[in-house]
Amino acid sequence: MIPQALDPYLDAIAAICLLLGAFLSLAAGVGLLRFPDALSRLHAATKPQILGLVFIVTAIALTARSWTTLLALIPVLLFQMLTAPIAAHMVGRAAYRTGNFLGELSLVDDLEEAVNRASAESAEADGSTADAEREPGRG
Amino acid sequence: MTELTQKELRARVIQQLPLLVALVVLWMLLWGAISWLNVLTGTIVAIVVTRVFYLPPVELTGRFNPLWFAVFLGRFAVDLVVASFQVAAQAFDPRGVSRNSIIAVQLRTRSDIMMTVTSIAMSLVPGSLIVEADRMRSTLYLHSLNTRDLAAVEKVRRHVLATEARLVRSFGSKDDLRRTTQ
Repeated sequence: MIPQALDPYLDAIAAICLLLGAFLSLAAGVGLLRFPDALSRLHAATKPQILGLVFIVTAIALTARSWTTLLALIPVLLFQMLTAPIAAHMVGRAAYRTGNFLGELSLVDDLEEAVNRASAESAEADGSTADAEREPGRG
Repeated sequence: MTELTQKELRARVIQQLPLLVALVVLWMLLWGAISWLNVLTGTIVAIVVTRVFYLPPVELTGRFNPLWFAVFLGRFAVDLVVASFQVAAQAFDPRGVSRNSIIAVQLRTRSDIMMTVTSIAMSLVPGSLIVEADRMRSTLYLHSLNTRDLAAVEKVRRHVLATEARLVRSFGSKDDLRRTTQ
């Protein structure tokens, strides 16, 4: 399928991919420690890892050079790409709502307005502020 | 279950078909082999799964433009690589993180699937994170790293809208297409 002469080049590309993937994972770890609040840490925790995984999966595909491995690698990427944003969204939302978020670091906060508006609307609707945690727009 | 006419039944099967095919393909990928036995067992598992874990049907639009989808994928890949290294560089930056923002972006689409796909695309690119999604107003709230000034905030907003437009051009409904490209 692939000429033997290409082997060293493919191995070299795989090695570069592995190094890049490892670097991005390291950056994710460093970011996790150094970023100031939960929301910015989420960027470090969920993002460089996606491209990092792409690099590592490419490296595995290049070294293994078999269809079976390739077929097994596709769902790995697929599930990671589908689940990482949802996990990030859930944690991010919880972090914002529990106040695990440094307001003074932010330049613009459009969500604060929306949450206040939704709380005001729901307070108007049922005469209490107990429901202040409702989602904006559902009030 | 109420009586369905022949036509309604056919429409429902056609609507569910892409999902069933995707599940069978996934089943074969997980087994790591393509064989008739896998197609058969995959079909059985797909039907059982969609029956037992019933979810409201995903409303696909039936439109698909491969050219615009390729444009979207290419742009997405470039963004992913550039932004990944930007966030990585920021993690090592001795000055630390500068200012962040939570930005509301009013999307123009009214369909759930377009909103979902746009948020997934935005979430996968480093530096932007969906904190909240308001389905009723089709508004996304993004947390964005490193927005030094209001111009940077506007840039993020334009970027989200451009991503949305590319996705709508790839497989949005005609109605959404009119709304986003006018």
